[in-house]
Amino acid sequence: MRSVKNLDLIAPLRRPAITATCTALAIVLALLMLIASSSGTVAIPWSALPRALFSAPVTSDEQLWQSILRDVRLPRVIFAALCGGGLAVAGATMQALFRNPLAEPGLVGISAGGALGAVSAIVFGASSFGLIAIAAFAGSLFALFAAWQIGRRSRAVAGLLLAGVAINAICGSLTALCTWQATDAQLRSLTFWNLGSLAGSNWLLLALLGPWTLIVSALLLREWRGMNALLLGEREAGHLGFAIRPLQRRLIVLVALLVGPLVAACGTIAFIGLVVPHIVRLTLGARHQLLLPASLLSGAIALVLADWAARMLAIPSEIPVGIVTSLAGGPFFLWLLARWSKA
Amino acid sequence: MIRIEQLRCQREGRTVIDAVSLHVAAGEVVGVLGANGAGKSSLLAAVAGDLPLNGGTITLAGQPITRLRQRQLARQRTLLPQTSALEFDLPVPEVVAMGAYPFDELTAMQIEQLVSTTLTRADASELATRHYAGLSGGEQQRVQFARVLLQTLAACQVNGNAVLLLDEPTGSLDPRHQHGLLASVRALAQEQGIAVLVVLHDVNLAARWCDRLLLLKAGREVAQGAPQAVLQAETLCAVYDMPARVLVDPDEPGRLLVLFG
Repeated sequence: MRSVKNLDLIAPLRRPAITATCTALAIVLALLMLIASSSGTVAIPWSALPRALFSAPVTSDEQLWQSILRDVRLPRVIFAALCGGGLAVAGATMQALFRNPLAEPGLVGISAGGALGAVSAIVFGASSFGLIAIAAFAGSLFALFAAWQIGRRSRAVAGLLLAGVAINAICGSLTALCTWQATDAQLRSLTFWNLGSLAGSNWLLLALLGPWTLIVSALLLREWRGMNALLLGEREAGHLGFAIRPLQRRLIVLVALLVGPLVAACGTIAFIGLVVPHIVRLTLGARHQLLLPASLLSGAIALVLADWAARMLAIPSEIPVGIVTSLAGGPFFLWLLARWSKA
Repeated sequence: MIRIEQLRCQREGRTVIDAVSLHVAAGEVVGVLGANGAGKSSLLAAVAGDLPLNGGTITLAGQPITRLRQRQLARQRTLLPQTSALEFDLPVPEVVAMGAYPFDELTAMQIEQLVSTTLTRADASELATRHYAGLSGGEQQRVQFARVLLQTLAACQVNGNAVLLLDEPTGSLDPRHQHGLLASVRALAQEQGIAVLVVLHDVNLAARWCDRLLLLKAGREVAQGAPQAVLQAETLCAVYDMPARVLVDPDEPGRLLVLFG
């Protein structure tokens, strides 16, 4: 019998390796956020960034840059990072919960319900962002609740999945019905929710959404052991001391609490919750102690990048960010799958 | 350690265990034998806390299992299932380290030490640099065994005792690893005072490595006792519904050889 003399084999599992990876991702994110906030219809030179951010403006150019940066770009870039990070963590959790790489938050109706809530609020005459957002949040929670109630009749999470498919179809057709009924003016704001947009960002929204998203994400990150154990199957996770039904319930409720407000604030942004955790898993492995924080940071990177592209590609107008994420995410995903099946 | 008294269990309305009593002391390895559907895995599932009891009691270290919560159970008993699939691929040491999840009190250093100890004990140390999905069925089984051993040894460190349940642990192993696994289980049981209940299909392996055997048929006990006492031709005929012969190894008089057909 040979023995494992070299404990270095286990080194990649250690905390410093995880911290190093996450620090690297955080640096990339910070740089990208700076680049994204300096460019747009009005380009702000890098040399002017520190002054525009931190000190009182002197020239009229600086005054303009400062107001653009402080009032428009920074909240928007931070909002993009929050939404992307939250959606990716939620996606990673759903994939662990359903033990399926194709799972994503939209699977159980959260996104479709949110869109239905928002769209029906618009068609019934709501015009303020806050009112529509509340309707969207209520819609996403109601859709999840309905899927949960129907799905719990069957013992496995597969029941929830099937119920989710049905709820998605119902929400989708009701949304289509509302769209068909909508006036031309309403149609324009409908596309905002259906295609996803980060244009609704402001500091008040961030003050509400920021702490919420970070706290719920942190609560999900704490569940990494349970998610690893679920990879062995429900029975084995039970033998490792996890009460399975409460664990699953906790995860799904946390995902809803994370994604519901995001859908309410930025509409349905496709692909981030599906593709980002998948890419992270393919490159860094499936260990959730690394996968979850790395997904949070990579999701933020991906959406900041996508929103930057959405603003830059059609200057002075902008493309809805959900179109960019689908357009870039889909082919990238296919390329990745093809490359991996070859290796 | 394990006390099963007059146990009765049902699955989908059918009685799968009927009036079975069994005691397993610390350090003892008890084998469960029987034909397919005799109730071997159900007995293990009942002791693991997976199957509700319809009658009788099971206590682990003096505590009735119906009163233990999931996590308390995980700190006391461990179970190696027949097969384990992993949905997403993980490095082998990560799979083994999962055995430490019920024990928050272990430090990272202690867990690393346990991972390398149990990989060695499971004769899987050469797999430490590999990923689980790339392993053969037998190699995966040894890695799972290492994971379950880690949980067992951690329970011993924390409580001073542990219950190890093995469901056909040798199914996908070659002869060398079949004997290696059971030898390792027996050595650890005696060393650490672990009570082991193991379901086996191979009667010769059971005769070789178990201190006592429980023979089941249709959920009822047929015989219980030391291998020499219970492995009789008539008993085996009755348990497996086929002719059997029991011979004594000419080179080693203490060992029995069981032939079927």
